[in-house]
Amino acid sequence: MKGLKDMRILVTGASKGIGRAIVERLCNEGAVVYANARKEESLLPLVEEGKKKNWKCIPLPFDVSKKDEVKEAFKKIKDEGLQGLVNNAGIRKDALLLMMKEEDWDEIIEVNLKSIYLCCKEGVRLMMRGNYGRIVNIVSVAGETGNPGQTNYSASKGGVIAFTKSLARELAPKNITVNAVSPGFIKTSMTENLPEEVKKKIMESIPLGRFGNPEDVAGVVAFLLSEDASYITGEVIKVNGGLYM
Amino acid sequence: MDVEKELIEIIAKRLKIDPSIIKPESRFVEDLGADSLAVMDIVIKIEEKFGLDEIPDEELEKMKRVKDAVEYIKKHIG
Repeated sequence: MKGLKDMRILVTGASKGIGRAIVERLCNEGAVVYANARKEESLLPLVEEGKKKNWKCIPLPFDVSKKDEVKEAFKKIKDEGLQGLVNNAGIRKDALLLMMKEEDWDEIIEVNLKSIYLCCKEGVRLMMRGNYGRIVNIVSVAGETGNPGQTNYSASKGGVIAFTKSLARELAPKNITVNAVSPGFIKTSMTENLPEEVKKKIMESIPLGRFGNPEDVAGVVAFLLSEDASYITGEVIKVNGGLYM
Repeated sequence: MDVEKELIEIIAKRLKIDPSIIKPESRFVEDLGADSLAVMDIVIKIEEKFGLDEIPDEELEKMKRVKDAVEYIKKHIG
């Protein structure tokens, strides 16, 4: 894809699932990728694979919801500059509202929403230096349609969608685009523990008749980071097999 | 290095205004017409030009006038 070679891109939540697929895709396109996860150990398999395949993949462990850790991490990479940021790190703690603990609400908002504020703030500074940048936020179909048991998760993702549009407007004059990718049901650890009958029911509501693969999301993220997407900003691209149109 | 002169040059170039109208007392937003993106550009240029560490948000809030920035730079310059 045009423009990805040697582009410096930070991907958060890169140890598994969609984040890992994004790192693999970007590395295969020749990008220099900073792979983030909370714990360094969880990035080892990715780094090992990178060595075998001659990827330019650099582990950058930090907690995306902790301001000091975020600042420290960006300090480490600031001299080389940054052109791309993929905010993918996210967690879920589902419960019906009446049973949802306050800490489960707070944690989801901090990790899924506040992290976007923290990482974008630091990332945008580096992008402004180069007068170029591409930000992609990974959201969720739950943030668009709502989902019972996920008031916290869907609120955080809906928040990121609104954030994406506001920041896109702010940064347009600086040649920095900000977009979101909204996956539906993707085969990851986040969806594998759903009960079989729930999975079956979901499958029936997906026009394409299958769960998506992490690679299906990674391809769209790579596109949004590439030169071919230079006229797209503030957009939410659904990757959901037609589940929600 | 004449910090004030260098800073005025940075500001004039970014805001595309004549350097002679920029005074130490000038306020970035109200008098010179800088929007927040222009202010950020100027801040980044200041950090690069004078080799400063990232200027913290609390300090940025206090920098209303050109002279505030000059004072900050003089205090933190290596």
